[in-house]
Amino acid sequence: MEKKERKGAVLFSAYKRGDGIKKVLAKSREDVLLDIRESKLKGRGGAGFPTATKWMMVAAANSETKYIICNADEGEPGTFKDRVLLLEYPELVFDGMVIAAYIIGAKNGIVYLRGEYEYLKKSLEDYLESMRKDNLLGQNILSKKGFDFDITIRMGSGAYVCGEETALIESLEGSRGEARNRPPFPVTTGYMGHPTTVNNVETLASIPHIVSKGGEWFKKNGTDKSTGSKLFSVSGDCRKPGVYELPWGTKISDLLKIVEAEDSKAVQVGGASGFCIPKSQFNRTLAYEDAATGGSIIIFNESRNMLHILKNFMEFFVEESCGQCTPCRIGNVKLLEGIRMIEKGEYTFNYMNQLKDLGRTMQVASKCGLGQSSPNSFISILENFKDEIFNGNGGNNGK
Amino acid sequence: MESKDNLRVPGSQKPLTIEKPSDLNTIGGTVSVEINEKKITVPLGTTILEACKMSGISIPTLCNHEDLCVAGVCRICVVEVEGMRTLQASCAFPITAPMKIRTSTPMVRKARRNIIDLMLSEHYGECYSCFRNGKCELQALAKEYGVDSYTYGHVSKPKYEIDKSSYSVIRDMSKCVLCKRCVRTCIDLQEVGVLEAVDRGDKTHISTFLNKPLNDVICINCGQCINRCPTAALRANDPSDEIWAAIDDPKKHVIIQTAPSPRAAIGEEFGLGAGHSMTRELNTALKRIGFDKVFDTNFTADLTIIEEGTELILRLYKALVKKEDAALPQFTSCSPGWVKFIEHYYPDYLDNLSSAKSPQQMFGALIKTFYAQKAGIDPSDVVSVALMPCSAKKFECNRPEMHASGFKDVDYGLTTREMAKMIREAGINLPEMPKSDFDDPFGEASGAGLIFGATGGVMEAAIRSVVEFVLGKKTEDIFEKANIIPLRGFDGVKYMEIPIGNEVGEVPDIIKHLVPDWNWLKGATLKIAVAHGTANAKKIMDNIKAGGKFSECHFIEFMACPGGCIGGGGQPIPTTPEIRKLRAKAIYAEDESLELRKSHENPNVVKIYNEFLTDGPCGHQSHKLLHTHYTKRGRYIA
Ligand SMILES: Cc1cc2nc3c(=O)[nH]c(=O)nc-3n(C[C@H](O)[C@H](O)[C@H](O)COP(=O)(O)O)c2cc1C
Ligand code: SF4
Ligand code: SF4
Ligand code: SF4
Ligand code: SF4
Ligand code: FES
Repeated sequence: MEKKERKGAVLFSAYKRGDGIKKVLAKSREDVLLDIRESKLKGRGGAGFPTATKWMMVAAANSETKYIICNADEGEPGTFKDRVLLLEYPELVFDGMVIAAYIIGAKNGIVYLRGEYEYLKKSLEDYLESMRKDNLLGQNILSKKGFDFDITIRMGSGAYVCGEETALIESLEGSRGEARNRPPFPVTTGYMGHPTTVNNVETLASIPHIVSKGGEWFKKNGTDKSTGSKLFSVSGDCRKPGVYELPWGTKISDLLKIVEAEDSKAVQVGGASGFCIPKSQFNRTLAYEDAATGGSIIIFNESRNMLHILKNFMEFFVEESCGQCTPCRIGNVKLLEGIRMIEKGEYTFNYMNQLKDLGRTMQVASKCGLGQSSPNSFISILENFKDEIFNGNGGNNGK
Repeated sequence: MESKDNLRVPGSQKPLTIEKPSDLNTIGGTVSVEINEKKITVPLGTTILEACKMSGISIPTLCNHEDLCVAGVCRICVVEVEGMRTLQASCAFPITAPMKIRTSTPMVRKARRNIIDLMLSEHYGECYSCFRNGKCELQALAKEYGVDSYTYGHVSKPKYEIDKSSYSVIRDMSKCVLCKRCVRTCIDLQEVGVLEAVDRGDKTHISTFLNKPLNDVICINCGQCINRCPTAALRANDPSDEIWAAIDDPKKHVIIQTAPSPRAAIGEEFGLGAGHSMTRELNTALKRIGFDKVFDTNFTADLTIIEEGTELILRLYKALVKKEDAALPQFTSCSPGWVKFIEHYYPDYLDNLSSAKSPQQMFGALIKTFYAQKAGIDPSDVVSVALMPCSAKKFECNRPEMHASGFKDVDYGLTTREMAKMIREAGINLPEMPKSDFDDPFGEASGAGLIFGATGGVMEAAIRSVVEFVLGKKTEDIFEKANIIPLRGFDGVKYMEIPIGNEVGEVPDIIKHLVPDWNWLKGATLKIAVAHGTANAKKIMDNIKAGGKFSECHFIEFMACPGGCIGGGGQPIPTTPEIRKLRAKAIYAEDESLELRKSHENPNVVKIYNEFLTDGPCGHQSHKLLHTHYTKRGRYIA
């Protein structure tokens, strides 16, 4: 596969297929886990859960059968960094899965591939086949006795919520893609009821680097609470959209310079389910402890209408809610109705405050991350762009 | 039934499996939590909801139901757990570690109120024109939280057309709040699988296979979904207007037969606790409403025992003596939900189903023949109503084969709930009624017929008679007070063996012409089983298919509803495991208080074979009136 010239401190640094696996097979599972803990790697899928902790729980679970699932559903509007990894760096993702399997004791790995990425399936399968030939998959991997592991690729069903790990598992089991009650968490009761770790593509892709070069090396980038670097999928109003590897802690204003964005009014960090950051806060940093994101960065310049943008987001959530829990199923509809009221100029501030209040209920009472995060843009856009949206003419703008 | 293993449900609804410590008092068996600053120790795995209940704190619920696996979808039961960013659904959160819980913080109250407001905004309908008015969980929540306006608006038009295609169940999805209790009932409790949520987002709704009318899918009409629906989205097909019209028509002779289970439960509709039998008060109330005659379905339950028991003896005789194929085990056929279930799911086993009609339909056929003749009434003027705990009985009386009398044998099946409504409409307070007896010529029936209402009851009634027929001994000599305890209780599947030994009795006169003696049964062991709820029925059927232990049985009782008829789909709402227990207790207590407790000793049964069904049980006349045939339906309906 043709490789673009990409540069980056961690993910886009040099790595040779199989190296990480060789390295870990010479060590005990516990020691490898300690390396990863040392790196303080957190999940790149959005929730930012410490990866070592998650794997420790699965490793400790008392079960013959365990699974490692690579979450390649990449459904968040504005992200495409997992596609780049799968297309250009499959050795990182798959080696990462093998290493995870070694640590937790899984025999089976599954890649849950976004429906729209069907065209990647063939090349990924060919890649897996070549790994099998080189004994990087299969029985007694690299002659390590008893270390058997293989990976299958399963296609996603196209719903955004299926990227949520428990809905993903439901979907893999052939049911409606709906989030499960938690607890129990997948680490104890996951795919087919077995202990399962679900990890984002990028999380897994970081692993071979960490085990090869060490946790200390990894921590050189980033902040104390957000170690390492991160892939950002940058889109919107800028001259150089694309995937960038930047250290955590990068200022939004610096990122805007790198991608040559001018005249920016707002940056949506974290996709539709993230927060909208106005110009006045561009000195904030991209990090778990400040402006967190699974990678999606959408830039809006002064010509954009924030109400329209918000409306697009809310239409997305009304469609994509799985529909099982009340706050999300009906709440998103009410928020969207509120936006339509503003568009028509038929609203009261009282009711808009009521809707924000509803949004806060959705954030805490919805069953899964979708409903818990869908009001984020509603609340942040209404609060940060008050003047534009309610500009004194009864809100009669946005037309 | 009570056990929740092997659930065929989406994982999102599966209960958390927590290994039960062998001894709850050992360290680790319990966990200490703080609820609203009060400490309480609970067994590991207790949900927050249960723990709150234990410490006397009430949490509102909607999607949660004691009979069903957890869903956690309505979110009304949320509480705050210290250290967690989001609120937690208390019904779905098993406690496995010490935690601090708060049940009434501003955040919690606001969330609950918002959730109720959201549900109301999408809920089409006005309470005053709704049959669940005053008995609706959504309405109760709105009241509890002081809703006095529609914060988020209110739909003014129905979203869905009402599905009235079924004889038994009406679906009005515009009133649905998507709690999925019906889905969990149908898929996991009953394992029928007619209802499921389809579409996503705001278009999510409960639908049938390909959105077909309920009448065209494999619904068994058990009504269990109705019984668990918190709103008016599901209800039984109510014939009370037609019944009033018949009562008001002086030309019509309106007869009602009452089954045992409604009598044990209808008090609940009038504010009594569960477990008060209202049999004789009900007789008076029905007469005052204007029914011309009130008959006891237990009479034909007794008749069912004689017919079905004779059929069993004939099958056994055929198999053991004549060595011919005889379709054993024989299955009971008095639960119309079960009958439709086997027609859909195990159509190859219809020969095993007893051809005896259910007590309701036997009575229907006799009322418009034997009784009409005796009373000198034109059967076309008779309107025959059956008070049943069951919505499937409505379908049953509309089966085309149920015209043995030359007319529709039973005109209307009426549920306990609908009966209560008619009584209230007539201005009668049931518990205050004086007591009175059933009408002749059928009069009193036996306790054996009475216990048909509870799971295991049909089998117990049959065994009381079979034992006396074959062994020539009193049932009391074998089972203390004639109570056959192993057949009682709520285990999903019950199994029992009765060794016959080497002493047999005389063949009673009534079947003397069918079998010459009992010598062929010497040394045999009668194997019987009981299942309630179609999920349990399925377990037995699959075992039979695989040639397992149940294929060796001789006779198996099946009831479609959990708990048997006392838990029927037409019974008062709510029906819970506790309530089913109390209703069953009332029935068994009434049985024990009776003199007459065996079907074959019922003098009216003896009389009807002497006077009317003169060629005896399973004879020509009884075959014409009291037996039926079944339809192979299969899983897919064109
Ligand atoms: C609505 C929703 C959609 C999600 N979509 C994705 C996704 O497409 N890819 C992903 O890796 N994680 C997604 N997540 C996060 C996953 O639930 C999960 O946290 C993640 O896969 C864990 O991997 P990590 O620990 O490596 O980040 C989503 C979460 C929610 C609530
Ligand atoms: S929050 Fe939305 S997507 Fe998640 S379970 Fe509830 S309805 Fe489904
Ligand atoms: S279902 Fe309940 S809330 Fe709805 S109209 Fe009927 S009584 Fe009122
Ligand atoms: S009546 Fe019974 S079979 Fe029919 S939909 Fe309801 S629960 Fe399912
Ligand atoms: S029909 Fe009734 S039980 Fe079924 S989801 Fe709707 S409200 Fe709940
Ligand atoms: S009762 Fe707990 S979520 Fe519905």
